Amino acid sequence: MLGIEDPWVGLAYLLCIISALLCLVWGVFKWNTDDPQQEE
Amino acid sequence: MSIWMIIIVVAYLCVIAYLGFRGFKSTKSATDYMLGGRSVHPYVMAMSYGATFISTSAIVGFGGAAGVFGMGLLWLTVMNILIGIFIAFWIFGGRTRRMGLRLDAHTFPELLGRRFQSKFIQGASAVIIFMFIPLYASAVLTGAVKYISSQLGIDYNAALLMFSVIIAIYVIAGGIKGVMYTDALQGTIMLFGMLALLILTYTKMGGVSAAHQSLTDMTALVPEKLLAGGHQGWTSMPKFGSPLSWTLVSTIIMGVGIGVLAQPQLAVRYMTVKSGKELNRAIPIGGVFIMMMTGVAFIVGALSNVHFQETLGKVSIVAAKGDVEAIIPMYLQSAMPEWFSILFMLTLISAAMSTLSSQFHVMGTSLGRDLVEESMGKKKGGSGILATRIGVLGGILISVYLSYIMELKFGKTGTAIVARGTAIFFGLCACAFLPMYVGALWSRGITKVGAIAGLLSGSLSSMFWICFVEQKAATALLLCNKFFGTRSLAISLVDGKEVFAKTGPIVWAFVDPLIIGLPIAIIVTIVVSLFTKKMTSDHLDKCMGTK
Repeated sequence: MLGIEDPWVGLAYLLCIISALLCLVWGVFKWNTDDPQQEE
Repeated sequence: MSIWMIIIVVAYLCVIAYLGFRGFKSTKSATDYMLGGRSVHPYVMAMSYGATFISTSAIVGFGGAAGVFGMGLLWLTVMNILIGIFIAFWIFGGRTRRMGLRLDAHTFPELLGRRFQSKFIQGASAVIIFMFIPLYASAVLTGAVKYISSQLGIDYNAALLMFSVIIAIYVIAGGIKGVMYTDALQGTIMLFGMLALLILTYTKMGGVSAAHQSLTDMTALVPEKLLAGGHQGWTSMPKFGSPLSWTLVSTIIMGVGIGVLAQPQLAVRYMTVKSGKELNRAIPIGGVFIMMMTGVAFIVGALSNVHFQETLGKVSIVAAKGDVEAIIPMYLQSAMPEWFSILFMLTLISAAMSTLSSQFHVMGTSLGRDLVEESMGKKKGGSGILATRIGVLGGILISVYLSYIMELKFGKTGTAIVARGTAIFFGLCACAFLPMYVGALWSRGITKVGAIAGLLSGSLSSMFWICFVEQKAATALLLCNKFFGTRSLAISLVDGKEVFAKTGPIVWAFVDPLIIGLPIAIIVTIVVSLFTKKMTSDHLDKCMGTK
């Protein structure tokens, strides 16, 4: 996969990209979401 | 040193001075000095968190390690993003921020101390931080100053003095605002530097798949010594249970990946924002930043083997004559265009300054606020900043002294101890603070005595493992050799040959202190809490926000 021999290393490579995308998607969907608990 | 390099470095320092001055002008109270008035912008917070986390050693040291271990190190990047950013901000961040506000805590030790109503916890945590963070800081400082002195062609001691004075001025004057404003600029420079490095490397090697394939095709060239340790090629994980796999999995992936959660200089960042909304907004910034830092360092470090094989007919570690830390600088010098060396020099200076400024700041708050003012009750009138400023100055002087004296007085031993500073601090913080910190945020059942027992057992067991068992640290510290005549208690000499103690696939000398100390601290915290006096419901309601 992508020229990488070991599937475990290939998985790590993909997970780096996926986890950064997860953070991006989270930020977009939660941009205006505050803590569920009462705040001050 | 070119005229362009001088102009760019001077311009960079002028902007840093301006941001430090802005921090100074807007700092009026202890809350401003320690928490940025609890109203820091999410971009500034996320970049400050990331830039503090990523030091020069993370780029040069770990990038060089990827030149040896290969791309398996990318599991650490996955851990860094998922645990160090996503779980840290989403799960730990919100609760830490709310509890810090309810208890009016200004520092990480103060949060733990007030949560468990214990001056001892606050004081002991501050002592651990103040004793061991200078070693971590001197590791970063030494690496940065060596690089600067070689790049700018100036004497090591002159560079050490100049670099330390610049950071000292904006940390002492500007407090956390000065630190975080400059961190945000430095983090942005680091982001562009690493992005350029990734694009240039992949372009040079014919694209993503072609570059990886070239590295895969080099499997037959793995040096004999690495093969014996379990190396299976630079795009493969080491053989399961081999010494290399234990170093990779236990020290680098687990130790650093989990250790980040209990870093006092990072945990305090959650308390600098106004609401949970800001933490949510910081997650995408932090996630992308960390991917571009450690991810790029590991990919480029591994791919440097392709470059050195094509140009010198050697793999990276052989080309660098066995010096792991020389791999990335050598690669940049021989593979990258000249304009890039200026950008990357700024990237590395930024990485070092952002980490050091936060380390110095947390040293100051530990000594001034936690130890002198709160634990010893020597609180004076006024804004409560003076003791912290004196603490920052003390921390800087100790770190600079360590950087100056270690190599001078102890030669290679001193260098080896400083090089272990980062790993020692990460492991120690996780073992000492993590069980208590998790208990503080989520459990009503952890008692004051349980928290103290966990703090002591975690710190003592990890220190024992660091001093006497984990082979790299124990060898560097020399204590094991002095008391027992061997460099590690898990290594014995049979017929003049070293034999490593094993249990099944576990090679004990390569197991990180965190793997030993953290379970001990968790068990002790829980067991002692089961048999000791619970905290009052009123206090727990106030802490947890259930009143």
